[in-house]
Amino acid sequence: MNIVVCVKYVPDATADRKFEDDYTVDRVGVDGLLSELDEYAVEQALQFREKREGEDITVTALTVGPEKAVDAVRKALQMGADSGVHVVDDAIAGSDYLGTSLVLAKAIEKVKADSGADLVLCGMASTDASGSVVPAMLAERLGMPQVTLASVIESQGDQVRIKRDNEGSTEVIGATLPIVLSVTDQSGEARYPSFKGIMAAKKKPLETWSLSDLGLDAEQVGLSVAYTQVEDTTARPPRTAGEIVTDEDGSGAGALVDFLASKKFI
Amino acid sequence: MSEVLVVIDHADGEVKKPTFELLTIARRLGEPSAVFFGSPEQGDAVAEKVKKYGAAKVYVVDDAQIKGYLVAPKAEALQQLAEKTSPAAILLPSTFENKEVAGRLAIKLGSGLITDAVDVADDGTTTQSVFAGNYTVQAKVTHGTPIITVKPNSAAPEEAEGAGTVEAFAATVSDAAKTAQIVATQPRQSTGRPELTEAAIVVSGGRGTGGNFEPVEGFADSLGAAVGASRAAVDSGWMPHAFQVGQTGKTVSPQLYVANGISGAIQHRAGMQTSKTIIAVNKDPEAPIFELVDFGVVGDLHTVLPAATEKVKERKG
Ligand SMILES: Cc1cc2nc3c(=O)[nH]c(=O)nc-3n(C[C@H](O)[C@H](O)[C@H](O)COP(=O)(O)OP(=O)(O)OC[C@H]3O[C@@H](n4cnc5c(N)ncnc54)[C@H](O)[C@@H]3O)c2cc1C
Ligand SMILES: Nc1ncnc2c1ncn2[C@@H]1O[C@H](COP(=O)(O)O)[C@@H](O)[C@H]1O
Repeated sequence: MNIVVCVKYVPDATADRKFEDDYTVDRVGVDGLLSELDEYAVEQALQFREKREGEDITVTALTVGPEKAVDAVRKALQMGADSGVHVVDDAIAGSDYLGTSLVLAKAIEKVKADSGADLVLCGMASTDASGSVVPAMLAERLGMPQVTLASVIESQGDQVRIKRDNEGSTEVIGATLPIVLSVTDQSGEARYPSFKGIMAAKKKPLETWSLSDLGLDAEQVGLSVAYTQVEDTTARPPRTAGEIVTDEDGSGAGALVDFLASKKFI
Repeated sequence: MSEVLVVIDHADGEVKKPTFELLTIARRLGEPSAVFFGSPEQGDAVAEKVKKYGAAKVYVVDDAQIKGYLVAPKAEALQQLAEKTSPAAILLPSTFENKEVAGRLAIKLGSGLITDAVDVADDGTTTQSVFAGNYTVQAKVTHGTPIITVKPNSAAPEEAEGAGTVEAFAATVSDAAKTAQIVATQPRQSTGRPELTEAAIVVSGGRGTGGNFEPVEGFADSLGAAVGASRAAVDSGWMPHAFQVGQTGKTVSPQLYVANGISGAIQHRAGMQTSKTIIAVNKDPEAPIFELVDFGVVGDLHTVLPAATEKVKERKG
């Protein structure tokens, strides 16, 4: 069995994220890393393999992104994935969800043709785009059942059951492999790479694919053919400094309530 | 005028407020047609509600055959409805489920997709709040039927009389769409407080509560507010995940947000930074949350909040 885990290289959320002049996300000038939310997906892939001891399970980490995005795959290999794939091509830059999901789906199909893809694992959202749509789009393109936003995952044979929080309820979802599965940050803390893991990662197979390896043309993806167009980006004006009081002898509560009244909240 | 499909957000036939906001927005783009996935028996009552906000038509899609499955059947039904009506746009309330429906629909229709809009202008230009609320982005769908998911509190619902003509729509759902099965559903107990994402006021607690949410809840109730929590409070098991505000919880954009014992990490800000007025109570004057506030109290929430609760009650009489 082969598990493909989709990992995205994203600008660090704690850095000053910004846009390029063409309104695409600056993925080069700002420090990047493996999206923290995709670490949870890697962790669940590894646990899946570990729980099913005795079965021949391999984990392939897949990313679509610029040169530096290979770091996301490397981190996944350090955590314990067996092999990596980095899809990189200048023509992909600026792709929207339709373009990105197309490239990912083609790459997954290629992995599938080589070694199978019984489980496609994703994070719940990328920390830059926050769309939470790519897993569903992959399921649509690959014709696989989608089982998304799992907080608890159980599997037996080819059956997978998950628990998830929905708007007003908790749900149990069941499906038969192969599936596309996305996991939330409630699914369990991701492991840190060990020293041994970091050393071992250097010897693991890591392939680089371009669009032509996937049978795609430059005209099918990228900014110029995106189905959506960004017209402007504006930095939020800094909030004007608020009034801060220190609570001495119980004065804080009074000041707080006066403020609420002045703003007509009471 | 072209139709604009608006997917109704409801809980067992009870139409939720974001639906009225969406209908209001839809009127800028064309003539709203509401889409109800639910039981046909509830169709007429739902139509009565949505026609007050300008719905000319109400397509009722019987969900008996599809509600046991995840997302895919709804995308198929909407595809068929879109092919029949050639709408000017398709608007959905921005829930996780609807975003996934929208994603699949975008592929089926070959249409551009915009998620989590906080505004949509007459010409279809959307506004999104990105990078934890640090940037706003103006964008537009350039190919196909614009598919836009819109966040709660993005517009003030405005009434307008619509015909509200009910039309049953028989969708054909393929077996391939019925592969991920909802095996069990457990509704969450209602707290009796306003819904987090829809509330005008949200009062939240973090690690600084030390696990005692009573001061937070008491203050929330005095203001008629919803209660929220930071991830630290959720991870500690003090509050259920459904109350989490932030990147991996709910995004709220109320008139007033009160953060208590919350430091103001970027992932928390991502869920509350667009609130109109922000107040914080924190005993650390250096807490980053104070950079955001309109008003802040440096103090212990366990003394400030109960005292403030009393004073609010006194004022309200
Ligand atoms: C991928 C990812 C996703 C995340 N998603 C979210 C998310 O959705 N939501 C979220 O909230 N976080 C999220 N986080 C976590 C986030 O980074 C912070 O760890 C979290 O928000 C901290 O919660 P806190 O402010 O309650 O706790 P702390 O940071 O520990 O702050 C507690 C605060 O309480 C104050 N305090 C202590 N005692 C008192 C008292 N008696 N009275 C008043 N003040 C007191 C302290 O001074 C301190 O400022 C995410 C992190 C990651 C990596
Ligand atoms: N460029 C990418 N490369 C690899 N995986 C991705 C990429 N974009 C999105 N994903 C996967 O899809 C999930 C959801 O992304 P999004 O829909 O952008 O929020 C992420 O958590 C990843 O697992």
